[in-house]
Amino acid sequence: MSRIFWCLFFTAWPILGIVVSVISPQMNWGFPDNRESATPLGERIDDLFYLILCIVTIAFIGTMVVLAYVLWKASKNEDEKGWFSHGSHNLEVIWTIVPAGILLFIALYQMDVWAIYRVRDYDLKQQNSPRLNNLVAEVIARQFEWRIRYPAPGTVFKSKKQIDDWLAKPQAGDLYTVNHLHVPLNKETLIYLKSGDVQHSFFVPEMRVKQDAIPGQNIDIWFTVNRAGDFDLTCAELCGWGHYKMRGRVTAIEDFSGFLQKLKAEQDFDGISKSAGEIAATGQTQEVTR
Amino acid sequence: MSTQNPADAVQVNSDGTVAQHADHHGHPELTFLQKYIFSTDHKVIGVQFLLTTLLMLLVGGSLALGVRWQLAWPWQSMPFFGQRFAAEGGQISPEFYTMLFTMHATVMIFLVIIPVLAGAFGNFLIPLMIGADDMAFPRLNMLSYWFMWPAIICFGMSMHFGGGPAGGWTSYPLLTALPEAAPGSGVAQTFWLLAVTFIGVSSMMGSVNYLTTIINMRAPGMTLFRMPLTIWGMFITAILQAFALPVLTAAGFMLVFDRGLAGLSGDIHTCFFTPSEIVVNNAAPTVGGGQPLLWQHLFWFYSHPAVYIMLLPAMGMVSDMLATMCRKPIFGYKPMAYSMAAIAGLGFIVWGHHMYTSGMNPALGMTFMTSTIMIALPSAIKTFNWLGTIWGGKIRFNTVTLNCIAFVSLFVVGGLSGLFMAAVPVDIYIHDTYFIVAHFHYVLFGATLFGVFGAIFFWFPKMFGRMMNERLGKLHFFLTFLGANGAFFPMHMLGVAGMPRRYADPYIHPYLEHLMPMNQFMTVSAIVMGLAQLLLIGNWIYSIFWGPKVGRNPWNANGLEWVAPSPPPHGNFEEVPTVYRGPYEYSSPLVEGRDFLPQTEVLAPSASADTDDDH
Repeated sequence: MSRIFWCLFFTAWPILGIVVSVISPQMNWGFPDNRESATPLGERIDDLFYLILCIVTIAFIGTMVVLAYVLWKASKNEDEKGWFSHGSHNLEVIWTIVPAGILLFIALYQMDVWAIYRVRDYDLKQQNSPRLNNLVAEVIARQFEWRIRYPAPGTVFKSKKQIDDWLAKPQAGDLYTVNHLHVPLNKETLIYLKSGDVQHSFFVPEMRVKQDAIPGQNIDIWFTVNRAGDFDLTCAELCGWGHYKMRGRVTAIEDFSGFLQKLKAEQDFDGISKSAGEIAATGQTQEVTR
Repeated sequence: MSTQNPADAVQVNSDGTVAQHADHHGHPELTFLQKYIFSTDHKVIGVQFLLTTLLMLLVGGSLALGVRWQLAWPWQSMPFFGQRFAAEGGQISPEFYTMLFTMHATVMIFLVIIPVLAGAFGNFLIPLMIGADDMAFPRLNMLSYWFMWPAIICFGMSMHFGGGPAGGWTSYPLLTALPEAAPGSGVAQTFWLLAVTFIGVSSMMGSVNYLTTIINMRAPGMTLFRMPLTIWGMFITAILQAFALPVLTAAGFMLVFDRGLAGLSGDIHTCFFTPSEIVVNNAAPTVGGGQPLLWQHLFWFYSHPAVYIMLLPAMGMVSDMLATMCRKPIFGYKPMAYSMAAIAGLGFIVWGHHMYTSGMNPALGMTFMTSTIMIALPSAIKTFNWLGTIWGGKIRFNTVTLNCIAFVSLFVVGGLSGLFMAAVPVDIYIHDTYFIVAHFHYVLFGATLFGVFGAIFFWFPKMFGRMMNERLGKLHFFLTFLGANGAFFPMHMLGVAGMPRRYADPYIHPYLEHLMPMNQFMTVSAIVMGLAQLLLIGNWIYSIFWGPKVGRNPWNANGLEWVAPSPPPHGNFEEVPTVYRGPYEYSSPLVEGRDFLPQTEVLAPSASADTDDDH
């Protein structure tokens, strides 16, 4: 009786686990909002996730079925003694080589996405690289907020050195926001990540983007957002008692330069002259004529 | 249940080592203090370690329940512990919450899992299983236990002064290097680092001792490939510890120096990890050109092998228990031993997988990904061999067996979920989310602790000469298994939903709001699991005094420890045992009427020619 119970017990819980996993997306226990990523690279990350999930599920079901079977057989064994066997060389070879192949495949198959995400030379060293002007902002993480610095509207970077100079110290025309980062829609965005005090991590779950901000380092990250809207920005590296409340927002908008103009108008507003809205309007025309 | 007379064995196979071992009889009368407190007997030290770690298990579990309470019902006043701990209204404040998860991890890793495996079972089992009378260095062994107490005291000081350590168990600088960085980064952090150093000293003394003992003090005939897999696990663990620990100790001292010579003077300090011109909480800007990433490399160079320190001995013990309870030789003994060695070897070159998103050179991510994914291979081989061991066995469903099967079955989950994190691109997303929390709880609780529970039941008769209560044991297993899966399985979902770890209140982020009911379910499961441990402690204490008495070999097992009396006297064996075969000759056709063949048993010459079976 108790044998049957325990055999069923060890058979039942993996089934329950699989059922819970299968219903997860419907219960909204999956990726944020149960939606695909807001960046193309994020979609590839999701694909890799599901690929590993498939392999892992097959391996899990396989081992659990075998476990249930051997338990069942061993519990019903009516022989006087167990099977006197010290193993099988052939089986060892098989279950070494087959998983090794699968694992190696997983490892090699992942390389490409990582290469695009981080490794491939970002090509800023060349003069007039078109990517130089993908620079959108510098994000400084500090306890417990995100400070964002945009270059002055119309700034053109001609070399990596100019970027480094800009990063090294604040410039007169820079624009600032706190906890709210705007990025252009459908255009590659380059961000430099800094820490003002301790270690933080820039994490936008809906975009599948995560990078630690290390004190003393400028770390560049790049991504393309292809869905307009607001995304939650959180901190993923313990940074003190207020770690949980480092809440920010990333907004992807079509008219990014318009946003910068508006921000400039707000920042330049001295409280007595024309209203911020009007300055924004004139500022925009000036920009066009220049 | 026959044990043959080992005296015959000595005559058959004496080879010089016998004389050296035989002189430990006629010990002088010991006082109570010498016998039970400052004992140099490895068995007493093992039991001392076991008692201490069980106590610390309750402490670490209570801290975890504090964490779970806050995640399920944030900012609600906490029942029971509320009046004792939290400052205002029984609420858990954010800084108290950081202390809770920091100390939960610290206590569980440094005061429960590492010492219960190496300290308690390593101490108790190594001399018994290899047929030695004691450890090579009994006094060092005693010192290794007593060095735990300064560590425990320092951890206690750390919790009570300055708000408790706030850096997480990983203690990444600058949060931990600059005393102004957080409420707990002052004196609490210094005490924490001191405590970890004490624990390191304790572990190091243990590992040197285990290595020497296993290499030099094996009984006649106990070749390396006749050692039980438990001993292989302990042996490889001791090597890991001996090589990895100095790095952590050095890193700890570097951090202490960075903090201003242990807090004596903030003006005199080094800058290993502190870059210049960092301003924390309006303190003066820092000087010096240190690099915070250096700590992460040094820390994980120890702490990744430490993960295997926390697993390999349990793997070994489960192998022994499964073979005994399935009445079958272990399936693939040598592959089992080799894969443990492979795990240990690869374990030294995978530390960077904790740092994929840290900003280290990204090309390193590819190297570490390949080595990390390949470490799944020896783990898979071990799992298949455990299944092979059950295959065709004649299984006994007792508490030991149940815990061992739980070990195998939950280790599969923990191992497979590791693949997601090993893959760098996927890890970008799930790094530092609850997915990783799910993964290491399945390995450390699901595998290691279930292995330990099994081992407690299995070797209890040898420790105290009595059996533990089966009915209570099964109930404990049932509740713990349900509670553990209820608490840890949903963590996978939380991780995929993007919930970061170490958040005092995740629900202020809109995309996490809907996960509160799931967290409440997990907390209820965790409470069930926590309460179930009282059954274990109760059963343990009850059985020491009132459990049914047993003889030398209650499980009909083959290992040398079952030749000694239960409990074994000081010096362990009446005569030095001689070993004729490996420890897994269950259901051997060479003997009639019983399904076990102890390592020391002499068979008739015609038969014994065939029994030397190392394969």
